[in-house]
Amino acid sequence: MSRQNRYLQESGTTAIIWIAATLVAVPFFCLMGDLLWNGLNHLSFSFVFSAPQNAGREGGIGPILISTLFILGVCMGVALPMGLGTALFLAEYTRHDHVPGRLIRGSLDVLAGVPSIVFGLFGNALFCQTFGLGFSILSGGLTLACMVLPILIRTVEESFRAISNEQRLSAAALGLSKPTTIRTILFPAAMPGLLVGVILGLGRAIAETAALIFTSGYVDRMPESLMDSGRSLAVHIYDLAMNVAGGNPHAYATALILVSLLFIINFSSSRMAARWMSFNQLPA
Amino acid sequence: MISSLNNISSRSKGDFLLSWSVRLLALMAGGLLLLVVSFLIHESWPALRDIGLARFFHDPDWSPIDESYRLTAMIWGTLLATAGAILLSAPLGILSAIFCHFYAPPLLSRGYRRMVELLAGIPSVVFGFWGLVVLVPIIGRWHPPGTSLLAGILILTLMIIPTIMLVAHASIAHVPIAYIHSASALGFSRGSLIWHVVIPTTKVGLFTGILLGLARALGETMAVLMVCGNVVQTPSHLFDPIRTLTANIALEMSYALADHRAALFVSGLLLMGLVVLIVSLAEGLRHRNFHVPAK
Repeated sequence: MSRQNRYLQESGTTAIIWIAATLVAVPFFCLMGDLLWNGLNHLSFSFVFSAPQNAGREGGIGPILISTLFILGVCMGVALPMGLGTALFLAEYTRHDHVPGRLIRGSLDVLAGVPSIVFGLFGNALFCQTFGLGFSILSGGLTLACMVLPILIRTVEESFRAISNEQRLSAAALGLSKPTTIRTILFPAAMPGLLVGVILGLGRAIAETAALIFTSGYVDRMPESLMDSGRSLAVHIYDLAMNVAGGNPHAYATALILVSLLFIINFSSSRMAARWMSFNQLPA
Repeated sequence: MISSLNNISSRSKGDFLLSWSVRLLALMAGGLLLLVVSFLIHESWPALRDIGLARFFHDPDWSPIDESYRLTAMIWGTLLATAGAILLSAPLGILSAIFCHFYAPPLLSRGYRRMVELLAGIPSVVFGFWGLVVLVPIIGRWHPPGTSLLAGILILTLMIIPTIMLVAHASIAHVPIAYIHSASALGFSRGSLIWHVVIPTTKVGLFTGILLGLARALGETMAVLMVCGNVVQTPSHLFDPIRTLTANIALEMSYALADHRAALFVSGLLLMGLVVLIVSLAEGLRHRNFHVPAK
């Protein structure tokens, strides 16, 4: 190859790669800029706390925030004990390469890839119809619990596995029973990992729309009990954008709130994961 | 694993209780997939029995009121949107991962990666909303109505670039440093290093990323629901509105009854089968990918 050809090839590659990187960055900044520009105009204290009026064109998102909180609460209230128990089983009660652990891990991996709309179908059939819960915060929260379980279990299991075996051996040598070892030694050491798992799960749950449309429903009133239908932030954006003419300004403001919440969630989970890593690398 | 179970010298009741309760919880969590699959099959059974698989492809049209259940238009919609998005996002995602490792100055590289992580965290409904208010009018000015296959492809591309890029980034980081040093010692240029060393060593990882992106695109609902127009038709060009399988479920589930409802569950089952297949393939590859030759 002549020197000139090689030079051309080299600069061609460089150009292509810079162009590709720019093509990815430009839409991101357009999206964020657009959200900030149009969202900040309508964001105010009263928007966050007042009730929506005129199908969401006016008023705020107070009841929607409350419904979202309730849905997340139900989701975590169910997913956390189940996830913690399963992770304990996988990390402390079965060997990594034995059949039960491998089966459970494999099925959770598959579950993690199932599209959210399929969870919606499942939740509608099981919770709304078979259990008779109807369109309610409870159905929505339970559906989301099924969705976040895989990610929660994986993170918590890894945080138990990251604890050095010396700690378990020392506890056994001191004659501590297994529940005591778990409660007083392993659990505190795995706590940061548990928090990361919960935060990641919350992030996935709060971003979810498709699984909630026909499990927790559309009602935008203040929920009075868990059996009421409640609209989450993400569903509110969808409804304002698609079904309400003139709903865009408030959809922008809601989207800005949702995206900022998610950024806070992602940022704190990555910070916490980094601290947890350095914590575990300290000599035992 | 250290166990004090079945120990004659200390029979702890707490131990017994805890070990069986975590077993029960693990069984429930492990059985969840089975529960999901069996519920989907149970709910779609009336359709499979009364309508039969063949009619989903040979009925004249999708119009549940006339008991006509042709799914092919939706299947084409899903496949075309996904294929288009993969064709665009695979090169963009992989090239931007290479950009991060070999071209960007350190500060820019860190910032760029953080940006892609943020992009990955944006919920699909926000992508859909932005597509609807910004992208669709732009396409509409050029070729009305704007809600189209093209809009779906572009939004899906934006959504799966982070998946592909982050997996590619991780697998490039796993390229043994000795390979790169040897290539530099042999006088490889940066371009040849990438084309002849980095890409061949990471091709399994890059492919895994593309598969995961594919799974995400196939299962995506909100974004395509909001920008694709949702007309049941097999698209003949990029500017035709389409309806995907997922959008079809989201649109009709709220009022569907009996056979219609069961037909929607059949399409859910179909989607789930496809995605499970792709994810398990990707998982299998991912495990192979980390058997990097010894240092």
